Amino acid sequence: MKNPHAAKRGPRPRVQTNWDYRAACNFIGGGTGTGLLIAAAFLAWFDLPVLASLLIGLTAVGFGLLMVLWEIGRPWRSINVFFNPKTSWMTREGILAMPLFFFGGVGVFFYDNVYQGISIGLATTTVAGIVAAGYLYCQLRMLNASKGIRAWSEPSVRPYMFITGVVEGLGLTLCLPGIGTNLGVWLALAVLLIVRAYLWLAYGQNLHKNNASVGTCKVIDQFGRQYFTAGHLLPIGLLVLAWLTSTLLPAYVAGILASAYGWYAKYTIVNRAAQTWGFAIPRTPVRGGGESLVLGSQQ
Amino acid sequence: MTRYVMVADLQRCVGCQTCTAACKQANGTLPGVQWRRVMDIEVGEFPNVKRVFLPTGCQHCGDPPCETVCPTKATYTRDDGMVMIDYDLCIGCAYCALACPYDARYKVEDPKFAYGDEPMPHEVHAFDEKMIGVAQKCTFCVDTVDEGIAAGLTPGVDPEATPACVNSCISGALIFGDRDDPNSPASRALAESEHFRMNEEAETDPGFYYLWDKKAEGLQ
Repeated sequence: MKNPHAAKRGPRPRVQTNWDYRAACNFIGGGTGTGLLIAAAFLAWFDLPVLASLLIGLTAVGFGLLMVLWEIGRPWRSINVFFNPKTSWMTREGILAMPLFFFGGVGVFFYDNVYQGISIGLATTTVAGIVAAGYLYCQLRMLNASKGIRAWSEPSVRPYMFITGVVEGLGLTLCLPGIGTNLGVWLALAVLLIVRAYLWLAYGQNLHKNNASVGTCKVIDQFGRQYFTAGHLLPIGLLVLAWLTSTLLPAYVAGILASAYGWYAKYTIVNRAAQTWGFAIPRTPVRGGGESLVLGSQQ
Repeated sequence: MTRYVMVADLQRCVGCQTCTAACKQANGTLPGVQWRRVMDIEVGEFPNVKRVFLPTGCQHCGDPPCETVCPTKATYTRDDGMVMIDYDLCIGCAYCALACPYDARYKVEDPKFAYGDEPMPHEVHAFDEKMIGVAQKCTFCVDTVDEGIAAGLTPGVDPEATPACVNSCISGALIFGDRDDPNSPASRALAESEHFRMNEEAETDPGFYYLWDKKAEGLQ
């Protein structure tokens, strides 16, 4: 019988198979959801309607966590995930999920309520936004702590993952009623897209510089060209077009493109480009009368 | 202190995979799971090309990233340096497998047997439901080591206290022992030979050494 696993684990770097699209969905849902909540926390201070942002943001985070529950081997023991807050970013992410849903949920249910002159919606949305930033930080550190995958352990993945989460959230926020007409949101999205493009380019360059596998660099480079054009230049162009023509449709398309390409990039990082180290030896053994061949740290 | 380590003499390894087979027999691992593997690697550039047999598996790191990332504390390091998994705590998130730079961890979701879905009698005997859906890896045959120590034996010296892969190695390429004991077989081998560890850039202080040449006279 052919062994389905044996061929996958050779000496060369291989694409990891432990985390599939469900794990990618956690980073997509978590990033976009927290991005929506962070955006809501800002926009609430400008009297913009953020109830839909709160609701969709919490749903997206919840969706990501459900996908993780589906992925793990022993879901009925998932409570154990809280056992290692001292060193595990996965535990920290799980812990922060609780105040995130609490404050977000209170914000949703008591959005229009006022208590002793303080708007419950504004207060809880602000706190939820701060917690969401922490949750997003935990997610990017969780990815970055995976030493076995060079595409994730590369330090420059951290700022990229944070900014893309905010961009994805803001991109969807722009499509929500009552917000899409706000020029400030358009401008913020355009600026963040420029920052994201820069961080993506830096990430790709650092992978090359820090000896990521050929396969990883190839996937990131190939996707990067499409990502840069369709995920950044095009949305910025559409935002300019929307501003010049005073029409909303191009801005909506820009928001959706900015978000959707962020999701595709995450799927690329978490699944397609995620190669193991492989087995590199610095030199060969001396056998018989031969000499040791010095190979360096990488092959 | 005690730090049990594995030493592989690359000058001696012939790539026979007896260690792999012995490990599978001793630990009852399912098809597709190889806690002790021997890589058959071609390295260099033509015409300077060489073939190397590289035993590998869990490196029982001194600073194991698998332990750091584990959200459940299922992965832990014993006082003697062996990195273990508590299968009752593990939730099977596989985060540890992704943190390992040595590709040493496995997770079996859907058990398959040597001849399909139905296990052979010896596979029924070895099958452990606890191992399904959780992370698993080389344990340095911890039960054998512990029982041997309890019986007053010395791991790496007495076969009854030594991992199966080491006992089975036909060329004596695999050596086990306490790195902090200068008289252990592992310490002596490291003192007498030039050696390296794999993927040192990952900074995990691996407990798996590779010998590549005898030390020059006077340097021992």
